[in-house]
Order: sequence, then structure tokens, then C-alpha cells
Amino acid sequence: MEIVIAIAIGTLFGSGIWLILRPRSFQVLTGLMLMSYAVNLFIFVMGRLWVNRPPLTLGNGVPDPATIAEPVPQALVLTAIVIGFATTALYLVVMIGSRGLTGTDHVDGKEPDQ
Amino acid sequence: MSSAWHQHLIIAPILIPLLCGALQVPINHSRHRLKFLLSALSVLGLLVTGVLLTALTDGAYWNNGIGVYLAGNWAAPFGIALLADRLAAAMLLLTAVLAACTLLYSLPRWGRVGVHFHPLFQFLIMGINGAFLTHDLFNLFVFFEVMLAASYGLLLHGYNAARLQAAMQYIAINLVASLLFLIGVALIYASTGTLNMADLAARISATGETDMVLLKMGVAVLAIAFLIKSAMWPIGFWLPTTYAAASPPVAAMLVLMTKVGAYVILRLWLLVFSDHAGAAAGYGFDALLWGGMATIVFGAAGMLASETSGRLAGYGAVVSSGTLLAVIGYGQPSLVTAGIYYLLGSTLAMAAFILLIELIERIRSPGAALLAVTMEAFAIEDAPDPPVGVGIPAALAFLGLSFTACALIIAGLPPLSGFVAKFSLFHALLNLEAPGASIPASGWTLMILIVLSGLAAIIAMMRFGVRTFWAAGKVLPPPLRLTEVAPVSLLLAACVVMTVQAGPILDYLGRASGDLHQPGLYIRSVLSAPVVPGPMREGGR
Repeated sequence: MEIVIAIAIGTLFGSGIWLILRPRSFQVLTGLMLMSYAVNLFIFVMGRLWVNRPPLTLGNGVPDPATIAEPVPQALVLTAIVIGFATTALYLVVMIGSRGLTGTDHVDGKEPDQ
Repeated sequence: MSSAWHQHLIIAPILIPLLCGALQVPINHSRHRLKFLLSALSVLGLLVTGVLLTALTDGAYWNNGIGVYLAGNWAAPFGIALLADRLAAAMLLLTAVLAACTLLYSLPRWGRVGVHFHPLFQFLIMGINGAFLTHDLFNLFVFFEVMLAASYGLLLHGYNAARLQAAMQYIAINLVASLLFLIGVALIYASTGTLNMADLAARISATGETDMVLLKMGVAVLAIAFLIKSAMWPIGFWLPTTYAAASPPVAAMLVLMTKVGAYVILRLWLLVFSDHAGAAAGYGFDALLWGGMATIVFGAAGMLASETSGRLAGYGAVVSSGTLLAVIGYGQPSLVTAGIYYLLGSTLAMAAFILLIELIERIRSPGAALLAVTMEAFAIEDAPDPPVGVGIPAALAFLGLSFTACALIIAGLPPLSGFVAKFSLFHALLNLEAPGASIPASGWTLMILIVLSGLAAIIAMMRFGVRTFWAAGKVLPPPLRLTEVAPVSLLLAACVVMTVQAGPILDYLGRASGDLHQPGLYIRSVLSAPVVPGPMREGGR
């Protein structure tokens, strides 16, 4: 399981890096989104991979920490998803603004051959 | 005692701008005077809080001058702890002073050219203050994001093609930096199981070998995120373009934002990788030292090469950032004292210079400036063409004198605070207290680089000054408003105060850096911070 998820995160992050080095702003945006997915998965996995352990649930008495999944990375990843989503949306707005103002979707605001 | 008023003062620098910014969002843009008043109230509150916290941390109210605020009354390693010590208090005061001056400067023009300047400005201050105060790594990420999100909006303020272009790149770089930040935080949590900085420092000596590799990787990735913010070579190329594109009040606040990265590095490194850290002691200091020195070279070369004043200021900020990083990396307590003094002085001077640039540019294009200025003009001569040698118009004299003061501070020449800062840096590097000690080659290199960067700064600034004031042909005294002159004068006056009061300030910063080099103090203060007993327990449970 570890190797599968490691390859998945690596593929996502690698594709993201390749895309943010591309000259078109939409590619950069897609790259940023892929990278943020990879990072979110990564944070989640940092709570270690377990099978058959429920998230924190309230039962009778004091729960045994060894029987439930690590809750902190779940809380962290939730915050990271929200913040990542908001900033990516903001970048999208700037991207559209730039497209409207300069008439091109090149990240430098002008076509390289001009 | 823990519920006393001064305990709650720790969170005030975050709450005041948050509330003020939130209040301003629904207010219509046309009521900018009301918005300005609200912002001014908030900034005044921050100034008072900054002064009070500076006094409190230096007094006997808290043990060792370290105030801990447990958010939500959760005990230390589990909840988020805010921590105010002497260094944080000094930085909060610096933020408040800078914010007050920038806000005043934005009153006549920049606060009106776009919507939501004031709320974004408040949120930016909130993020910066939060980053100074928080003692939790993930909370630090959140405050960084608050600060960055506000700075994206502010950078776009006064929307034009150049700003949009700079913002595209600035946002993309900072989004990637934030992702690196998250990876670093996740690795640190995975290897040590804590995000509280003091708890991390306490656990690091007991960390096993496998976890230590992970931890070091995590901290290194985290450091890259901070170093991107503080523009260390080779990951600081975004800075000059961004500074040159931003509107002046925003650029002045951006100067402070680069210092936030250096501040976090200073705090985290001295706490976590101190001499008590066992196998991890001193990790990464060399990288900071040599990286910082490379940044000085890059910044100095950039200053010499830059054609426009905005880029000149940007590279000036790169130089000061590099000096600071190298000073942290050198790893000597007395040097850190001088480094913090340098940080305070250079930030004030650089902000003053950035604000001044816009006023100076009006000499070159009076037409554009006249659009912005309608009334309350400061000392305009009625005669449009004053004969040479009769007298210098007050506006030009002000610009010339302020420019000279800025140049002296940035280059580090006497008599202003820049000289005191560099002198104390050299004093610490030469290590005169321990006459027998030999100075390593890196120390000599650093000294030579600081001197050479000062030389580059003075050449670049003189060239700019000569071209602007002497060689520009017929110079018309530009119309200036009092609210534009006052902030620049106030910032420079703060530098003068720092020069005159250098003794007490350096003593205070010496105590601050003394604390920073005793991580045990922080570990004990944070982990033993008492929880307020809840109402449930008071009944005798």
C-alpha cells in the first residue's frame, strides 16, 4: 500500500512541477492544483497508513489511542485544502484578468516572438 | 493571575486588525474617510499594544519576560500557543510604526485608487503580527497564508498591466512556497509528533536516527519556504520585480514581509537547532551563512545594475535580507543582537526610501503628480522657474535631505542608524570581548562583503541622486502634501531615535538575543504555562 500511494503522490507532484514550468498560465494553474492535491495526500499519509481504524469517534469511556486513526493530520489537511482552494481560485481570477488586459495567456504577458 | 489584562494583551495585535478589517469590508468604498479613521484607530491601538508589550516583556510581569497565551485554554503541546517575548514585542512595535506611516501616506491617493485597500491592509498586518506571535508551526502556516492572501490583493491594488504581471509570478511562486511549507510541516509532524515549537525543541534530542533524517528533511523543506519569502539567492529573483511594480505603500509593507521570513528562521533555528539539540545541533547554519553571503553579492550587483529606482530599492532589500541571514547563520549570540538592530533600522530606512521614491519621481514628471494633488500643497513656490543660487524651495530641500538620510542609512555611513548597525556587526564579528579568539575565514568574508555591499549601495544611490537632483536639467519643485511628507519624516525620525538611543535599544535587543539562545527558557515557559481553571472545576471537582 505504501509504495502505491508513494508512486501516486510522486506522479501527481512530478506532473505538477512539469506543468508549472510551462509558459501558458492555464498550465501553470493546473500544475499548482496537481501539486496541491499531492501535498494534501502527503499530509494525510503522514498520519501513517492504517487499515481498519476508525476516525476519532466518541464512545463510552476514554478511547484507546491505538485503536483509532491519527486525527491531527486530518485536521491539518482540512485547513490546507480550504486555504489551497481559496488561493488557487484567487490565482484563477488574476489569470483571467491578465488574459483580458494583455490579450495573451503567456505568463510573461506577451508572446515570446513579439 | 493568568487571566490578568496583560495576559490578553498578547492576542490583541491579532484581534485588533482582524476586527477592524472585518468591520471595513461591508463599508462602501466611497466612504474612504470613515475607513481611514477605522484603520487609524486600529493602527494606534497596535502602537499602544506594541509599546505595552515591549515594556511588559522587559519588566517583571512574566517569568523571564516570556508571556504565553494559550488559545482556547488548551494546555501547551495540544493547543495553539501564542508567545510574546522581547524579540516579538520589538517586531510588533516595528510593524505598528511602519503601518502607521504607510497608512498616513496612503491617505491622499493610494487608499482611494481601488476598492478594499483598507481591509486588506488590516488583514496584512494581522497576518504579520500573527506570524510574529505564534508558537505553533501549522498556525504559522495559517498566518502566513493570511498575510500572503492580503499581499496578493494589495499588490494588485491600483490595477495596471505591470502590477498584474508581477502579481501572476508573485502568486505562483508563493503558492509553490506554501506547498513546500506544508510538506515541511507534515514531515516534522510525522517525525516528532508535535507542531509546537517549544515541544519540538524539547523532543529533538530524544529523536531516533530514522526520524532525525525525516525531521531534517522536513525542516530543510520548511526553510526553503521561508527563504523564498526572505529572498535568499538563488530563490529570490521574484523580489525586485514585485517591489518595483507594487504601489509605494504596499511596497513599504512588503519590505517588512521579507523580514518575517528571516524572523521565523531566527526564532526556529535558535530554538530547535541550538547547542542543546544533541545530534541535530547547528544543522543548516552553514547553509544560511553562505547563502546569506551569496545573497549580499547578488543584491549588491543588482543595486549597481538597476536602472530604475524601484528596482534599486528592491535590491537594497535583498542586500539587507542577505546580511540578516548570514548573521543568523554565523551563530554567535552577540552578532544576533546587532543583526536585530540592523533589521529594525534597515526596514525603517528602506520603507522610507520606497515612499520617498514616488515623491522624487514627481520631479521628473510633474504632470502626472499634479493629477494626484489638488490642495493642501506643501511649500510650492509661486514662481515656476526659481533662479539658480537664490534659494532652494522647501520641497526640494526636503526631498534632497530625506534622500541623503536614506542613502546614509542604507549604505551604513555615519552618523545615522545604519552606521551604528554595521559598527556593532563588525564589533561582534571581531569578537573584541575575547581577544585570544581567532576569527574564521567566513567571518572575514562576511565583513568584506558587508563593506563592499555598502560601497555598492553608496555608488548606486549617489548615481541615482546625481541624475535626479543635479543632472535632470531644470527641476521644478514638486507639489507635496503634508500627509506624504510626514510619514517619510516620521520613519527617518525613528531612525534618528534609534541612533540617539542606540545604547538602550542595543541593551534591550541584547537581552532579547540572550533569551533566544536559551531554548530551555522557552521550553519551560510554554510547556508549563498554566491553564485557566474552568467554571466546572471551581465547584471542587
